[in-house]
Formats: sequence, C-alpha cells, structure tokens
Amino acid sequence: MSVSSSADSTGQPLLGGWSANLQKLRDSLIHNVLPPVIILAVLGAIWEILCSSPGAALPPPSQVVTDTWELIIDPFYDYGGNDKGMGWQILASLERVAYGYSLAVVAGISLGVLVGQSTWAMRGLDPVFQVLRTVPPLAWLPISLAGFQDSTPSAIFVIFITAIWPIIINTSVGVRNIPEDYRNVARVLRLNGLEYFTRIMLPAAAPYIFSGLRIGVGLSWLAIVAAEMLIGGVGIGFFIWDAWNASMISDIVLALIYVGIVGFFLDRMVAYIGNRVTRGTAKG
Amino acid sequence: MTTRYLSIEQVDMTFHTKGGSSNVLKGINLSVARGEYISIIGHSGCGKSTLLNIIAGLTDSTSGAVILDGKEVNAPGPDRSVVFQNHSLLPWLTVYENVALAVNKTCARTKSKAERHAWILKNLEMVGMGHALDKRPAEISGGMKQRVGIARALAMEPKVLLLDEPFGALDALTRAHLQEEVMRIQDELGNTVLMITHDVDEAVLLSDRIVMLTNGPSACIGEVLDVDLPRPRNRITLADDPTYNHYRQEVLRFLYEKQRKVEQLAERRDKAPTPEASKARA
Repeated sequence: MSVSSSADSTGQPLLGGWSANLQKLRDSLIHNVLPPVIILAVLGAIWEILCSSPGAALPPPSQVVTDTWELIIDPFYDYGGNDKGMGWQILASLERVAYGYSLAVVAGISLGVLVGQSTWAMRGLDPVFQVLRTVPPLAWLPISLAGFQDSTPSAIFVIFITAIWPIIINTSVGVRNIPEDYRNVARVLRLNGLEYFTRIMLPAAAPYIFSGLRIGVGLSWLAIVAAEMLIGGVGIGFFIWDAWNASMISDIVLALIYVGIVGFFLDRMVAYIGNRVTRGTAKG
Repeated sequence: MTTRYLSIEQVDMTFHTKGGSSNVLKGINLSVARGEYISIIGHSGCGKSTLLNIIAGLTDSTSGAVILDGKEVNAPGPDRSVVFQNHSLLPWLTVYENVALAVNKTCARTKSKAERHAWILKNLEMVGMGHALDKRPAEISGGMKQRVGIARALAMEPKVLLLDEPFGALDALTRAHLQEEVMRIQDELGNTVLMITHDVDEAVLLSDRIVMLTNGPSACIGEVLDVDLPRPRNRITLADDPTYNHYRQEVLRFLYEKQRKVEQLAERRDKAPTPEASKARA
C-alpha cells in the first residue's frame, strides 16, 4: 500500500493528468453512451425475436441489413431517373426543406414582428393565423398543386405553410415581451425604426424567435416526407412510397432510420445556432 | 430662483383606466437652475417616477409644460438622459457596446470615430469601469451595472441628468460608494441633476434642494428644502454636523408626521382575509 502510493506521487505530474483525462472519458462514455447502446441492443433483440418466426409480416433487423446492404454501403449511386442512392434522396428532400423553410423564416419573422408591434395588426391577423395553423400540412397540397401547376413549388409551399405558424407566433410573443425598459432606452436615444429593429427588437426577441424556428424546422421535416409521397420524383418520401409499392419493406425500415437521424440533426443544428446567437440575451 | 434652466409649469397628470380615472399629480411647479442638484422625495406610489417620466418625455402630462433651456419638452431625447432604477443595460451588448450605442447615436455628427472611442473610454473610466469593457451585464455586479448606466447617461452630455431611484436596488455599502462617485462626478462636470429617491440620507447628502411630494392621489409639492451645506460633502463628518441633522429631521418630519402613510395600510388590512376566514374556506 505504502509502496504503491509513493510510486503514484512521483509519477503524478505527468501520469496524473493522463489518467485523470482517461478517467473522465471513461466516465462520460459510461454515463452517456452506454445506456442508449444497451437499450438499442435490447430493442433490436426483441424485434429480432418477434420477426424471426416464419410468416412474420416485417423483416427482422438482420434481414434488413442483408437486404439493404447495397444501399447502406453506396449512398451516392445514380442510375438515372428515380434510381438514386439514399444520400441523393435525402439531399433532394433537404433542398426542398431549405427553400420552404428559408421562405418561412423570412416571412414568419416579418409577420411576427408586425403582429407583435401593432395591436391593430394583431387583432386583425391573429384569428386568421389561429384558424389557418390548424390546417394539416397535406391539406394544403391539392390547392397548391392547383395554384402552381407544378409539383416542386407545391412541395416547397407545403413546407413553407407548415413551418411559418410557430415562427410567427413565437416571434410576436417575443416582440410583445420586450421589457419596457429597453423601449425607454431606445426612446431616450431616439433610435429610428431600423435601428430599433436591429439593435433592440431582434436581440431581445431572439430566444423566442429561435424556439419558433426550432419547432418550425421539425414540422417541415415531418411535412416533407408526406408531401413527397404524393408528388413523386427524387426524395426520401417518394423513396419510401416506391419501396412500399415494390414490397421492399427492408428499404422502408432503412429510410425511416435515415429520416429520423436527419430530423434529429436539423433540430440540433437550429438549437446550436440559437444558443450561439442568444448567448448574451439571458437576463443580465 | 432667478435662472430658470429647467422649469416645470402647472403639470397635471391623470391616468384613465377602465375603473375610472385617477389624478396622480396636481399643479406641479418647479424651477431648476443650471448645475443644481435636486432630489424629489416622497412615499412610494406618490407619483415621483411619473413626474420624472414626464420630464424625460417618456410619459405625456395631461396638462402643463416642461421647458428646458427655452424649449418645450414633448418627446424623450438625449438632452435628458435617464439612469433607470434597474440599470436597463442591454444584456446582449458588452459594457463598452452599451455606452457605444448611446455615443454613436448622439454624437455621430459632432465627433469623429476616434473621438467617440476616446469619449466612451473616458466616461467608463470616470465611473471606474474602464477595466470591464468586454464584460456583458450578466457578468458584473449590480453596482457595476448601475455605474455603466450612469456612464451611458453622462456620455450623452445631457442638459439634465435624470436619476430614477438609481441606488434603490443596491446594498447599503455599494449605495454609499456610488453616491460618493455621483457627488464627485457632479462636482467635476457641474451637471444639472434631478434625482428621484425615497432615502432621506441620500437626499440630504447629495442635493442642493429637496422637493418633497405629498401623498397621492393628486400629489403636489408639499415643501421645498434648501440644503445649504458646503461641498465637497463627507458623510462621516456630516453625521455629526448639527445643520445636516437639522435638514434630515426636516425631511423626516415631513415624511413621517405631515404625510404619514397609514390609510393604505389600514385598507389592506381590511381586505386581507383573516386567519379564521381562510381556515373556514379551507
């Protein structure tokens, strides 16, 4: 005991730091990585057992992997037409989401500011928003197809109309909650409209705006899969529908996993940007 | 007063609410000379802050006028900068940026970029905050925030500096410290200052004149006390000074004898449910 402790103390400066770091790494692995791995293994095993019996309607995970191995190892093949790798399918969907969501961000924040600033605009627009926001995303698709006469802008419009409501509502709440003190500071300094907007209103409302943006991006990803099933073409939604028509259930399972992971990263990305931007906005 | 730098003439303020209207201020008249330090003292709720907001232009008076340096005041502006009670620094800006926002807005025409930078630093150093330029308000103490608020207000080179209970949210030691800073700065710059306070010692220590408001509703100026103590003032020597204590007593007598605040307390006691009643309800 005494021997080992003296050996430790001599090697402390160099080895102590290393082993402490390793210890930390091991602790964080045990705390953060181990539980989900165990749960995944258990769920996978249950799935495997349930679907292994002959006559099971759905494939077990082992079969999903063998069936979709080509898709997994080569996500970026392109055989023309709709026959593209999963990477391309997801990128096509992400592109639509990017267009629709960007439009929703610009229009949503502008309308939110208007509704938050003007009581008259709020009284006029709020009932309209409250009704329209309950319309399910796909219900907009036929009317937008009729209006645009083309599938791509229709899909983008569905994304737009799905994502815009939480952005409008959160922005307007954020703008309405700007402390009176900040308004008074702006008035004493005689900030003009644009200066007030950029220097006071946007930063003060940023935490609210970003929570709207985060809900919005989640909703757009939900809507795109459904919309693509109906409009066809390249995209993860239609890929799933196509796989169903071809009875390739394993492909569907793989696609669902990809959809989930991409949605997760979209959400985290907006959250991360929000944290960076609103770092200083917490009450001082 | 012969020199009328700031004058408040027959200011009335009535708020209209759903339940009717309430007259907060009635017939306020006050003339302030250039370089004078005035305190406005009164019980909470008497309308002190409303009066300050009217002078700042943040609230419109129902009738009457505020005239500063020969011009009527109708809107807020940097010539009447305000130090708000809860500092009101913008939390997403650093200490430097908070003052820069004010300086760049108000001195854009009169100063070059380099001059503005030097001016921001000078004002922050004057309040002893030169060391924390890149800190955000959340990272500094309450007293420091208030210092930055004062620097921001001074940097606008106001004709009148309006202080709305500037030390009210601070602990006693920090408050004393900041009071001394304000006295030093006022000696140095000769600002005209109007301060709202409910602290008797603070009023006597800092002011040239103390304006005492009666209790609302329809508060008006009850008494005006000239504080004729030589400057610079030192709170420790003054503590034993009979003149100082006499002024203190005057203000205390006004607040606690002539304008005792008992009615509202009694009302509240009537309204509050008695222990028996709340027990019975439960």
